[in-house]
Amino acid sequence: MAPPPVLILESLRQQIASCESQLQDLRRQLAEAEHQQRAAQQHAHDRLRTSAPAPFGDPLTHDMRYGIHDDFRSEVFAALSQGEEEQAGEEEQRPPGRRWPLDAVEYRRYGRQLIMPEVGLQGQLRLKNAAVLIIGMGGLGCPAAAYLAGAGVGTIGLVDGDVVEESNLHRQILHSTARVGMTKVESAMVALNSLNPNVKLVSHTTRLSPETALSTMQPYDLVLDCTDNPASRYLISDTCVLLGKTLVSASALRTDGQLMVLNNPPMPPGSTSGGPCYRCVFPKPPPPESVVSCGDGGILGPVVGIMGVLQALEAIKVLTRNSNPSIPETPPDPPSLLIFSAYSSPMFRSIRLRTRKAKCAACSAQASVTPEALNSGSLDYVQFCGVINPVDALSPNERISVNNYAKIRLDVNPFTGTEPSKDSHILVDVREKVEFDLCNVEGSVNVPFSTVTSTRSSGPNGTSNGQQGNEEQSWVSELKSYPDKPIFVLCRRGNDSQITVKKMRELGLDLGGQRWIGDIKGGLNAWRDSVDPEFPEY
Amino acid sequence: MKNDDTIPITVEFSGGLEMLFSNDRKHSLSMPAKDEDGTLSNIAYLVRYLCDSVMKDPRKDLFVLDGTVRPGILVLINEADWELEGEDKYEIKNGDNILFVSTLHGG
Repeated sequence: MAPPPVLILESLRQQIASCESQLQDLRRQLAEAEHQQRAAQQHAHDRLRTSAPAPFGDPLTHDMRYGIHDDFRSEVFAALSQGEEEQAGEEEQRPPGRRWPLDAVEYRRYGRQLIMPEVGLQGQLRLKNAAVLIIGMGGLGCPAAAYLAGAGVGTIGLVDGDVVEESNLHRQILHSTARVGMTKVESAMVALNSLNPNVKLVSHTTRLSPETALSTMQPYDLVLDCTDNPASRYLISDTCVLLGKTLVSASALRTDGQLMVLNNPPMPPGSTSGGPCYRCVFPKPPPPESVVSCGDGGILGPVVGIMGVLQALEAIKVLTRNSNPSIPETPPDPPSLLIFSAYSSPMFRSIRLRTRKAKCAACSAQASVTPEALNSGSLDYVQFCGVINPVDALSPNERISVNNYAKIRLDVNPFTGTEPSKDSHILVDVREKVEFDLCNVEGSVNVPFSTVTSTRSSGPNGTSNGQQGNEEQSWVSELKSYPDKPIFVLCRRGNDSQITVKKMRELGLDLGGQRWIGDIKGGLNAWRDSVDPEFPEY
Repeated sequence: MKNDDTIPITVEFSGGLEMLFSNDRKHSLSMPAKDEDGTLSNIAYLVRYLCDSVMKDPRKDLFVLDGTVRPGILVLINEADWELEGEDKYEIKNGDNILFVSTLHGG
């Protein structure tokens, strides 16, 4: 019985994909072989032109790697070099009459990496002819771009829709105080241009979107994901798979960083010999409430810097791999995740990752991510990853504006008519202690939100865990010891404070409704905007 | 025969998950050798065990969702992705190192 047509189609698709990748590989090998031949002959040619005729030695011990013996070379070479120069090399685009494959300034500038066998002339030419796209010009993108421009990558594309802010400068090393307010891409271009004017920079000053991803990324050989959110990470990975490009992906938060080289080698979807993509490793996005940004969680400059520098390093390794004809060819490294943890010992550890996932939505034979779906905008990455809406947990009578709260502190209480006094109520600031210690409203007490959330409400069973620390309970009993004072809860933006108000009720701090507990709307940001402009912004 | 009853293992947390586990990145544990049904303990049971007996933070949903480790957490068994080892069916052995890594997104 003949196999069902679906299977035939599938098998044909796979065969085509496999042939295509073989063909691609053969073309590359051919280009390299041709190039090596040219280079060897050029080397002989150069020696002929620059050196005096070598003293006659034993013709049998003559090193033939660079061509035939000097004595016969000149006439043979005259015949050979003519035809040779007509074939424009893929990597070596030497203008006619040029003596060396690189400019004198390039030999000088890249000399320290040129003399390394991992790079050498062929590796440098590969870098020069490469186009790398860096998406995100923040803490990862800045150092990555600096090192790639420094190394002489010929074309670097920069993508970012943001402008430089003061709070970026401790880690985003290409930007400067004078360039606050400039777009990050323009600011980075100023810095990169002064670092290495030989690099062609291409600016993309808008955020990557599903509709623009394919056309933006298409002209590049390699992509660096230096973004800061899950939605863009899935979009970039999917696009790299569709376009057959290797992706160097990194991320960082607080004191930790992670690095992966994905889709390496970049085989077409369905090929099992390709490297895994972001979706293979993380098929489902994390719940949005578990995603913490650098703005909320914090980030140490050198931590994200290290990860960006590692991205540049991996990019150089991918671009120059097997460029040295005298080193045996090696396959790409097996997929791995590098974990960096600044305060652990050892700081680095490498984890073996899976190969391509058989049912991956992006890189398997049954992928649902297609160029058509991407271009049509039917793939909603933001929706896929979920969004957190601002917390809206309380009724209006459980909330107070910063202006009304200021009146309570300065004027007569609009609710009770009592005279203003800071002692008339309790102001609880639920930012973490380290933030509270930076700056706080006079008279406020600190109950960190992490303490609030890790306090168990005695549930219906009334069970309180025996291991529960006394510290977590003490803030509850402390607040219970002033039963007559209303509690105002404050945080940075006005989200955690609402959750805390709910939690306080669950813990019985409202004394069955006898005590008013409410949150100050908009938190300290609103407090600074409307009441105390000198309150520090961080 | 006490040694048969528990298995010594090391459990590590990274990428912020340590915050759910008393801010300790590395835990040396002796976990039951068999689960509730008397079958040899596997990763699925370890995850339940961590939730019930080790994790003090009540925000279980930041670690477990729908009965398994939530999306965005990689489980690594002796430095290898659990997908290479049989995922949550992997039977835990003496001295195993199990690492839970939450993905980071900042940049």
